[in-house]
Amino acid sequence: MQVTSHDFKAKARKAMQDPNLRIALKRMETGFAGNRAAAISRLPEFDALRDAACAIKEHTIANLDYYLERFESQLTRQGGQVHWCATPRQARETILSLCRKANARTCTKGKSMVAEEIALNPFLEANGIEPIETDLGEYIIQLADEPPSHIIGPAVHKTKDQISDLFVQHHGKYGKTERLTDPQALVNEAREILRQKYIDADVGITGANFMIAETGSTIIVTNEGNGDLTQMLPKMHIVITSIEKVVPTLEDASTILRVLARSATGQEFSSYTTLSTGPKRPGDIDGPEEFHVVLLDNGRSDMLGTELEDALRCIRCGACMNHCPVYHSVGGHAYGWVYPGPIGAAIDPHFIGLEEAQHLPNASTFCGKCESVCPMRIPLPKIMRYWREQAFESKITPAAQRAGLELWAWFAKRPNLYRLATRIGIGVLGFMGRGKGRFRSLPLAGGWTDGRDLPAPEGRTFHDLWRAEAKRRGRS
Amino acid sequence: MSREQIFGNLRRGLKRGALDAEAVKKLEARIAAHEPNLIPQRSRTDHAGQVALFVKMAEAVSATVSRVADLETVPDVVADYLAKNNLPSTIKMSPDASLDRIPWSKRPLLEIARGRAVGSDMVSVTPCFAAVAETGTLMLTSSGDTPATLNFLPDNHIVVLHAKDVVGAYEEGFAKLRAREGKRDGTFMPRTVNFVTGPSRTADIELTLIMGAHGPRRLHVILVDDEAT
Repeated sequence: MQVTSHDFKAKARKAMQDPNLRIALKRMETGFAGNRAAAISRLPEFDALRDAACAIKEHTIANLDYYLERFESQLTRQGGQVHWCATPRQARETILSLCRKANARTCTKGKSMVAEEIALNPFLEANGIEPIETDLGEYIIQLADEPPSHIIGPAVHKTKDQISDLFVQHHGKYGKTERLTDPQALVNEAREILRQKYIDADVGITGANFMIAETGSTIIVTNEGNGDLTQMLPKMHIVITSIEKVVPTLEDASTILRVLARSATGQEFSSYTTLSTGPKRPGDIDGPEEFHVVLLDNGRSDMLGTELEDALRCIRCGACMNHCPVYHSVGGHAYGWVYPGPIGAAIDPHFIGLEEAQHLPNASTFCGKCESVCPMRIPLPKIMRYWREQAFESKITPAAQRAGLELWAWFAKRPNLYRLATRIGIGVLGFMGRGKGRFRSLPLAGGWTDGRDLPAPEGRTFHDLWRAEAKRRGRS
Repeated sequence: MSREQIFGNLRRGLKRGALDAEAVKKLEARIAAHEPNLIPQRSRTDHAGQVALFVKMAEAVSATVSRVADLETVPDVVADYLAKNNLPSTIKMSPDASLDRIPWSKRPLLEIARGRAVGSDMVSVTPCFAAVAETGTLMLTSSGDTPATLNFLPDNHIVVLHAKDVVGAYEEGFAKLRAREGKRDGTFMPRTVNFVTGPSRTADIELTLIMGAHGPRRLHVILVDDEAT
């Protein structure tokens, strides 16, 4: 998808004034987080499972070369084929040549964030192959010609009215002219239209939540069943996924699956968890004749051994954005690239460059909620802090901000002077603000006080209070 | 070439070369042992408790369950189910021999075709390899006799599940699969294993839960209590 992350501030401002988005985000905030909390309360072992899941991923990442080779050799034995792609371009071209081999005119698609990452749809369209999104949310945003705004709820920003309009606008060619407003009727209409698309498609493309090194299987997790119809009806199934999704055994996948749905939608288990191992077998009367796994790196291997390595454990559940106060305020589109929310703030700078994504690691209050709900215990605030430091060091941070930080650092390195300066500053502010207890505006800090009031300090610095308290306790 | 480039990068990041023979042996042993990790307590009960848990969890995700004593009554349950839901009496059934033991002839109005599903099939009847009590999940394995299209294309999916095939956790379902094939080289997987937990659903319109997105609108489990067999 087109990168617009540099425009974060303007897009965020606009998002906060969009009444439809406000309603949608509020609904999401209570829905996902509430369901997750309820699911976790029903499973006393949840935190222990998180630890186990984390340990599996850490072990796998430390031996990623071995497990990827094992996956490839097992899949090859089962008649499937792995295509290694270092770059998005290679992945796009590999998929195109496979589609051409199958003489494809249309291909159905299950939901895949990696497909978004390589911008597959516009590329296929430009080359005369029509991609048809089949996940209802993805289908809706394909009609709207928008990117997904959430990694598990791509159309979470859309209201029912907007969806009704989209369907009337695009379904006329199928003889559907009535404007439907009942969600069940909308789902039924999409179901009916997509039904024939599954059957007519020459190629089915899905993502993968996991790959199993032991057996050469890929796993998809869905609720709609669209990923299954996508992969079983056409004559070729292409899986587009990325190298960090491999796990050693079926037992390891079972452990991680126990935290995935609960963290994502708050379900005990998603409706459909499907393990696919190669193409149609001798004697099979359905299933694809060819099975290909397009395995993308796109810089993931460069994350190993860096501050970003922990992010390779991510299982794309969306819990971090479901609990993020910034995401709740601005929605997913403001982030301007494939992965929004805290995980996006942590990994987007790596994929699209820090200069482009510089605002994302700053779009955080460091409340730590994302890390606390992450099933893979990824230290998201720590990674964002790393990017802030990088931005400062490589002079991407704006000059005024840098000057301010440098001034602060100069004082911070001189404790006596720092104490004196803060004592004066806090004393003055405390004196000035003693009436109302807060400041509506302050010279040189208009950018900060435009959006909120500054509570007035009570007159003494933390250091002074601490010392006084220690003295009091020492006496008693 | 991309493959070499990716592996070169991986090993540079891992700060080592290719793994030595001993390290590889250790990893192979880990896979060969495929030890289960933590399994939640909720399914650690006797078998009757697991069957009861399966029913409770499946119903919680809007599957329906009929418990019958033996295969004799299965045709009646199917016929009644179709009538109750205003469905045609035409069903598409897996070619699997396990379903031949059901005395279908006692309900002669049922029109039964065997084979894979096509778009016009409204009702499918399939056997079930195992069911996982933990989350009320069916475990369906594909083969020529059990085509996977039957699990997804028809609007209504009726599953004949034997109580003896109910297990506690996913890992026990996989253990059953490993035992069925008896292969120790990781090639025991059928083309697809479908874990099915309730009927198809979506919440993509304003997070409103709607059933029947693309897969079956209804999922009915006929649980045959034939522990002894």
